[in-house]
Amino acid sequence: MNKLNLPWLVKMAWRDSRRNRSRLLLFISSIILGIAALVAVFSFGYNLREDIDNQAKELIGADLVITSNRPVNPQLLPLLDSLGTRRSRERTFASMILFPKSQGTRLVQVRALEGQFPYYGKLETVPANAAQTFRNQQQALVDKTLMLQFDARVGDSIKVGEVTFQIAGILNKAPGQSGISATVAPAVYIPLQYLSQTGLEQKGSRINYLFYYKYDTPVDIKKLVEKLEPRLEKELLNTETLDTQREDMGQAFKDLTSFLALVGFIALLLGSIGVASAIHVYIREKLRSIAILRCMGVSAAQAFLIYVIQIMGIGLLGSVLGAALGTVIQQLLPQVLQDLLPIEITVAVSWLAIFQGIGLGLLISILFALLPLVSIRNVSPLNTLRLSLESTSMFRDPLKWVVYVLILLFIFGFTYLQTEKLKEAAYFTLGVLVGFLVLAGIAGALMWAVRRFFPASWSYLWRQGLANLFRPNNQTLILIISIGLGTAFICTLYFVQTILLNRVSLSASENQPNMVLFDIQQGQREEVAEVVKTMGFPVLQQVPIVTMRIEEINGKTAEQVKEDSTSGVSPRAFGREIRATFRSTLTDSEKIYEGTWHGKVPNPEDTVYVSLDKNYAERMKVNVGDDIVFNVQGALIPTVVGSLREVDWNRIQTNFRVVFPIGVLEAAPQFHVLITRANTPAESARLQQAMVRQFPNISIIDLELILGVMDALLDKIGFVIRFMAAFSIITGLVVLISSVLISKYQRMQESVLLRTIGASRKQIFTITALEYFFLGGLAAGTGIVLSIIGSWALAKYSFETSFSPAFWPVLVLFLLITGITVAIGLFNSRSVVNQSPLEVLRSEG
Amino acid sequence: MLVTPILHIQDLTKTYQSTVKTLTVLDHINFSIEEGSTVSIVGPSGSGKTTLLGLCAGLDRSTSGVVELNGIRLDNLSEDARAQVRNQYVGFIFQNFQLLPTLTALENVMVPLELRGEKNIKPQALDLLDKVGLLERAHHYPAQLSGGEQQRVSLARAFSNKPRILFADEPTGNLDAETSEKVVKLIFDLNREAGTTLVLVTHDAELAAKTQRILRVKGGKLISDERTGV
Repeated sequence: MNKLNLPWLVKMAWRDSRRNRSRLLLFISSIILGIAALVAVFSFGYNLREDIDNQAKELIGADLVITSNRPVNPQLLPLLDSLGTRRSRERTFASMILFPKSQGTRLVQVRALEGQFPYYGKLETVPANAAQTFRNQQQALVDKTLMLQFDARVGDSIKVGEVTFQIAGILNKAPGQSGISATVAPAVYIPLQYLSQTGLEQKGSRINYLFYYKYDTPVDIKKLVEKLEPRLEKELLNTETLDTQREDMGQAFKDLTSFLALVGFIALLLGSIGVASAIHVYIREKLRSIAILRCMGVSAAQAFLIYVIQIMGIGLLGSVLGAALGTVIQQLLPQVLQDLLPIEITVAVSWLAIFQGIGLGLLISILFALLPLVSIRNVSPLNTLRLSLESTSMFRDPLKWVVYVLILLFIFGFTYLQTEKLKEAAYFTLGVLVGFLVLAGIAGALMWAVRRFFPASWSYLWRQGLANLFRPNNQTLILIISIGLGTAFICTLYFVQTILLNRVSLSASENQPNMVLFDIQQGQREEVAEVVKTMGFPVLQQVPIVTMRIEEINGKTAEQVKEDSTSGVSPRAFGREIRATFRSTLTDSEKIYEGTWHGKVPNPEDTVYVSLDKNYAERMKVNVGDDIVFNVQGALIPTVVGSLREVDWNRIQTNFRVVFPIGVLEAAPQFHVLITRANTPAESARLQQAMVRQFPNISIIDLELILGVMDALLDKIGFVIRFMAAFSIITGLVVLISSVLISKYQRMQESVLLRTIGASRKQIFTITALEYFFLGGLAAGTGIVLSIIGSWALAKYSFETSFSPAFWPVLVLFLLITGITVAIGLFNSRSVVNQSPLEVLRSEG
Repeated sequence: MLVTPILHIQDLTKTYQSTVKTLTVLDHINFSIEEGSTVSIVGPSGSGKTTLLGLCAGLDRSTSGVVELNGIRLDNLSEDARAQVRNQYVGFIFQNFQLLPTLTALENVMVPLELRGEKNIKPQALDLLDKVGLLERAHHYPAQLSGGEQQRVSLARAFSNKPRILFADEPTGNLDAETSEKVVKLIFDLNREAGTTLVLVTHDAELAAKTQRILRVKGGKLISDERTGV
């Protein structure tokens, strides 16, 4: 019979699996967690996408939003007033507010509103009617976190600039506000009609202007926006619609779910190596059965298919279990991530995610199992008479290479589907490949080195434990890869978190500036500095800031650059508001990278040489010697790029992309920033109170507060990453348990023989412990070294900071992983150690 | 009457290449076996008799020479084509029984028939198990059977596809004397009943003497070919 009789093959696969089903399930269990992680992330992603679609209206609050970060040209107002059936206006800006009762001050996001916005969703307040009543009175809605922080009650008052508002209600929820954004700058709503009285709307103030529109009759918003855009863009106004909101948020959260999916995918890959290794041993044990079948006339393809069907069956079972577990785990993800998201996340069973997970599990288990399975084709029936002398090595079997290529293509394909970026997918695949090759290389080198430099003078137990690393049926390769990769993964996560936190806390260390006073008007400059000094605070830096935008680069306007793709200049350079400064010297966080620093323009008619941040210039594709015309609030100033600077953006001080020489911008509308340091929270509060009372328009950023928020944010993100990484770690342990159990089956005979000829339990125990100690120690050590190299590269090239790994946590991790390996090894070998040789022989027979 | 050979061996040579030298296991062997005859291949350990059996049964490929089984040149065929020939015409009995450990006795006997795509095979398989005296153990797994019982299942399996030729490699090598006797009797009885050609490899002179012809192999060469008069 040469035709592939499928029903018979399925029957044979079922029969052949009879005594091995629990073992097969154990092998496949290492992919269960990976599939669970992916199904959880996929389900979360699909639910999130649906939630975004459903809640986009509530997030944006209107059918159309037009925004501007500068006052709108009055000529445009008739057009803006002609849009929509219903309209609202809002101006938002950061400002200090004062709670007179407690004398507490805090930087908030003031939202001065006119009209009935939001048209979709609502401002959720306590009492509920406050969302409506505050609009026509001198009242405010105050974010719940602020109310709690300053122990304020409804009916108390707050001072915003020069005006005192009565608190009408506690703001629980507003469109588009997430838990984290409320922590950085909590919202305070006031009626727009009182804004001018506050005195906060001054020239140079950083105010966003928003216009909300609601259409009562169906209107094609997309067409409307297309029609409006040319006019609005010219005036630097942006539009937001339901579609753009969905798209922007969808993209942002797709990035999040892609990242989480890749973390989960690593767990799956780790598990898959476990599967490949376990199946390799399984097939080796099946050689005799395969040879018997071949003797009776089973073709190579049939023998191969019998085991492919087995793996498919068990892979399907593992994937279904993983998908079920993932569906349960996805209930937890929204709880973990809710604070980071501005929408309500619903939890629903996603059949698409479940089917994807099952499909993926099936595919990956077959792909990785194919590595050992293809060798079935070469099993000779002669194995029934004696072990075949001719075995086909991996290098001689081209099909194995095909399988390796398929696996790499699969990894690349999956990553590409997640990231939709070819380069990132290629890097990820390459990273996985290099990681595996390095670990496999180290395992190979270890086996070679132990054999080559075998310490013949050591005691028998040590020699036996060491010899187990390279003897036939050893698990050195698989354990070093799985434990090593798991360790590298955990360790890198820890290092990256430390790098990020160190970078932030470095800024908060002693003698570093920690308070930034901004929006200081030109006329207040000296007075503010005086007050700061009088109160005993140092004026560490005081710089002018002039807002401007680029009008022309090398004689070309934004329109011309857009039309002429050969100009080499990035169209993104135009339109954005630039906050520039002017001074005669470089600061200590800057150094000239190219060109010459010009600190002063001696005569008004002389060329103005500006200095650009090197990275900014690279993004804009502008070089030294290029002409740039800046539009400084209506006045056009032609300049030449005189130098490019390397700027250390990690320092807490004002850094600028564009620096003018002195002698040009002195008369331009400007505001100032003052940087100082408060040693205690009480000092900080004292300065803030004094400033708010005397200069209500000045805002103050307390770095300690930002640090606290950063810390909380990193904690939350760290928790999410650790949550996902846990899948890899547990998978690593499952692979470890599975590998140890496989080696147990292989070592059983040998240990029994040793016990039969008189080895004591203690001796067997010591040999086993030593073997797993060598394996665990070397794998963990290699993983840590890989992680240190990777983290160093990340620190240097990605975070641009220094990196020195902490010794003690690394040592603890090393000991922990080595200890767990030894413990699992011993636990799973206990039947060999504890039972009498006869019992073991009988049970294994 | 002209008897056609079921097995024709001509200039059969098998060598293994190691890193340092070429090892010749079989060196220009020639013989033919008539259909329905019983033949034993005897010789000391390492003489190449098992290798010869493997090549005759199409389990392995020769380095040179001709192996013709039932008129089919095996040395030209691919492994899969040889597998088909084995399934059609060949039965095997091994020293260590070689039953599939995850299949019951009955299933083991049924496999060759299933492979041929035959229907209603269970009664045939049960009948064969009955002939070897193991009907009541049909649903036992090999591990639950004694060595003798396993070899009897192996016999039932070997005859299940009604082979034209049966190869037996030391069929009593793992059995005690009493069991060996029973198994040998069964082999010859079933062989006679089915009219199958029997080729067996053995150390056992007593067993070899029960066959019609004895081929002696030594150092990879066929040193004698005697008729026993059975």
